Amino acid sequence: MRLKLIPNETAINFFGKSNVFFGVSICAVFLSAITYLFLGLNFGIDFKGGTSIRSESRVELDIAKYRQALSGLNLGDVTISEVFDPTFDDDQKVALIRIEAQDGQEAVTSKIVETMLATLKADVSKDIKFQAVESVGPKVSGELIKKAVMAILLAIGAVLFYIWLRFEWQFALGAVSALIHDIILTIGIFSILQIKFDLAIIAALLTIVGYSLNDTVVIFDRVRENLRKFKKKPLIELMNLSINDTLSRTIMTSLTTLLALIALFTLGGDVIRGFVFAMIWGVVVGTYSSVFVASNILLLLGVKRDWSKPNAEAGTSVPQP
Amino acid sequence: MLIYGLVIAGLLFALPNAFYSRVESFNDASLAIENGQDPTLFKDEKKLWLEFLPTSLVNLGLDLRGGAHLLAEVRTTDVHAQKIKSLWVDVRDVLRQKRSDIGTIRLQDSNPGTLRVKISKPDAMQTAIEAVSSLSKPVVSLIQAGADDLKIWSDGDELLVSLSDAEVLATDERTMRQSLEIIRRRVDEVGTREPTIQRQGIDRILIQVPGIGSATELKELIGTTAQLTFQAVIGKNSSSTPKSAFGSEVLPSLDEEGVYYTLESAAVVTGEQLVDAQPSFDQNGRPAVNFRFNPTGARKFGDYTAENIGSPFAIVLDQEVISAPVIQSHIPGGSGIITGNFTIEESTNLAILLRAGALPAGLEFLEERTIGPELGADSIKAGKLACAVAFAAVLAFMFMSYGLFGLFANVALIINVFLIFGLLSAIGATLTLPGIAGIVLTIGMAVDANVLIFERIREEIKTKKGPARSIELGYEKALSAIIDANITTFITAVILFAMGSGPVRGFAVTLGLGIITSVFTAIFVTRLLIIVWFERSRPREIKV
Repeated sequence: MRLKLIPNETAINFFGKSNVFFGVSICAVFLSAITYLFLGLNFGIDFKGGTSIRSESRVELDIAKYRQALSGLNLGDVTISEVFDPTFDDDQKVALIRIEAQDGQEAVTSKIVETMLATLKADVSKDIKFQAVESVGPKVSGELIKKAVMAILLAIGAVLFYIWLRFEWQFALGAVSALIHDIILTIGIFSILQIKFDLAIIAALLTIVGYSLNDTVVIFDRVRENLRKFKKKPLIELMNLSINDTLSRTIMTSLTTLLALIALFTLGGDVIRGFVFAMIWGVVVGTYSSVFVASNILLLLGVKRDWSKPNAEAGTSVPQP
Repeated sequence: MLIYGLVIAGLLFALPNAFYSRVESFNDASLAIENGQDPTLFKDEKKLWLEFLPTSLVNLGLDLRGGAHLLAEVRTTDVHAQKIKSLWVDVRDVLRQKRSDIGTIRLQDSNPGTLRVKISKPDAMQTAIEAVSSLSKPVVSLIQAGADDLKIWSDGDELLVSLSDAEVLATDERTMRQSLEIIRRRVDEVGTREPTIQRQGIDRILIQVPGIGSATELKELIGTTAQLTFQAVIGKNSSSTPKSAFGSEVLPSLDEEGVYYTLESAAVVTGEQLVDAQPSFDQNGRPAVNFRFNPTGARKFGDYTAENIGSPFAIVLDQEVISAPVIQSHIPGGSGIITGNFTIEESTNLAILLRAGALPAGLEFLEERTIGPELGADSIKAGKLACAVAFAAVLAFMFMSYGLFGLFANVALIINVFLIFGLLSAIGATLTLPGIAGIVLTIGMAVDANVLIFERIREEIKTKKGPARSIELGYEKALSAIIDANITTFITAVILFAMGSGPVRGFAVTLGLGIITSVFTAIFVTRLLIIVWFERSRPREIKV
């Protein structure tokens, strides 16, 4: 018995409803942009500055008690949340405490952390331990944001250049629109669900860039090959054929990657859950966008048809520059 | 043959990681023996691992092992201020020689880093500037030759002196090097495993010490500047705000509360001129610290004590007066003793700090992270489990989808994971939590190349080509897609590595290595397997 997810021959018309999918994508991008503008992102201390403390104890966690104990210390904005994870022991209670950057100081002083621990021990529970204390000053966090944005722009630029080199500018534009679509949607979902957005998420975003590209490039590679093979076929049919040809591979790779990521999501612990979530989302969105965004844009822009000789006559629908 | 060789080398290098703690104690033992300790003490540890096998391990990042991370900014301007401050004595002396021309001089209050001197005959400013210029020396640096180290200019009846831009550059460079070296020495005194001490950017230092309890501990270790100076005492007061002339400063006493000393700002000798410091006891049996100066320091110290017998003399550590003994006699030879109300522990620590040298400038901590070892252990546990499950799921899925060919891909995948670990150990890369995620992601994505190839072979079979030809064409035609797809992903990994820091960098490393090894295994290893299988069985038709 062979597991066959995709029949051997597929002839799905991917562009029949291309306007619909295009519309959906544009709406999703707008929605993401709007939620981002209104809700913003739940920036972690990497980008906002401040201190994040992971505390652990063996007694039932009462957030109100924590808050009350810490309110006397004049720390400014304090957020406390409980962390749940299936990999914890039954009586392992973990809380995340976040305090904002203290005035006039870069990193939080050790004195403040010590006082906090002492206060919590006295007022809440004796067995409280701080498992991790991370503090980032406003100076560094500002730079980290700049660096992160730079990294993403640089990645997009480099990829645009590489694909332009290997294919044609229309392909590069198609691939990059898909990338931007993926990144915006990912930022959107982080804004809607208010998941903590930190440095690791930037890494996830860049991986999504890589993955989405991987997928797009495979389809484009087939388009390029079919362009050489069928010189007279209308572009729309040719693209459809290419996507159908590669469909089985697209699904297989997405599934194996998702399988691995889901294992990590459920079993990998809460520290990297946000990171893995971003990647899972990215794989799904990335697969969708290579078929429905990148290819659609390529179709809209048109391509040069004669691939046998360089610099031959211009293409079909849109004049060449 | 080459393929076999590479695979075997990869396996060998990956092997130590499977027995992490055994190899670690073996390595520690080897190191101890190398350092001249008795080999018989470590017999048991030496038995844990075979001598001829590779012993390099993957470094575990802070988030997996636990430890502290600090990013410090060196206040380089401190040094400029200090230099200019100590220049006053010399400036005063040269200007006094020209007293007849320029009249009386007076030090004015100014920004740290600039010396403001008011002269009573402004007409002779040019003479004054020339006199001070004689103190200027060429900058010692490789880049700019010939530039002077002082910038001297006038503003009305005031003469201003500060460091020149070239000197600032050279000084900052020296300050950074010194700070790095001193931090390294102090961290090494504690003897932890593999601390990372790196310069970042122009004026920052990154310090990562695995296994240390908290960032606070680390800060205590390196954060104390231990600036030792010997200064002349002008007076002793009981309040912190007495009238003090410019050129002098008021510092509190370390032990006696409410006691303040007025001291001459310019130090006679500084801790930089110390060559040795040892904990010891004074004649009353109380803990103290013995010290010795280098020849320059010894001469200055000797001259000063000879000239000032009977006056008090302050020993200042980090802006606090430890003690202010009265000079009993001329002290030649340049050694002395610091007494105070020390405990034995304090005197030992002080000696270490003095020996390691003072940090030339203060540190400001911009970022600090402490990760407890338990959290790290939990992460490793979770990561291992997730890896195993992901691995099993992908293996099963590939077998179900492609049958025998799926098995070939699975063998390649297993080799791939070993190769990643082998490479990580061989180049001494650091494995972080996102790095583990990178490996899991690679497991998922590594099959991609094989999927591409197998799908191609399927297509070729459909066109009724013979099995051998189909396999050949499958590999050939899938190649361009594989190359393009992986190069683009590799580009993003490189950018991540270049721009990222810490854990993110660890992720970039595993992702990048994963791409290289997965392309290698998917293209060469599976092909080899398929060819060997094909030669043996010579099937009429193949089912992919």
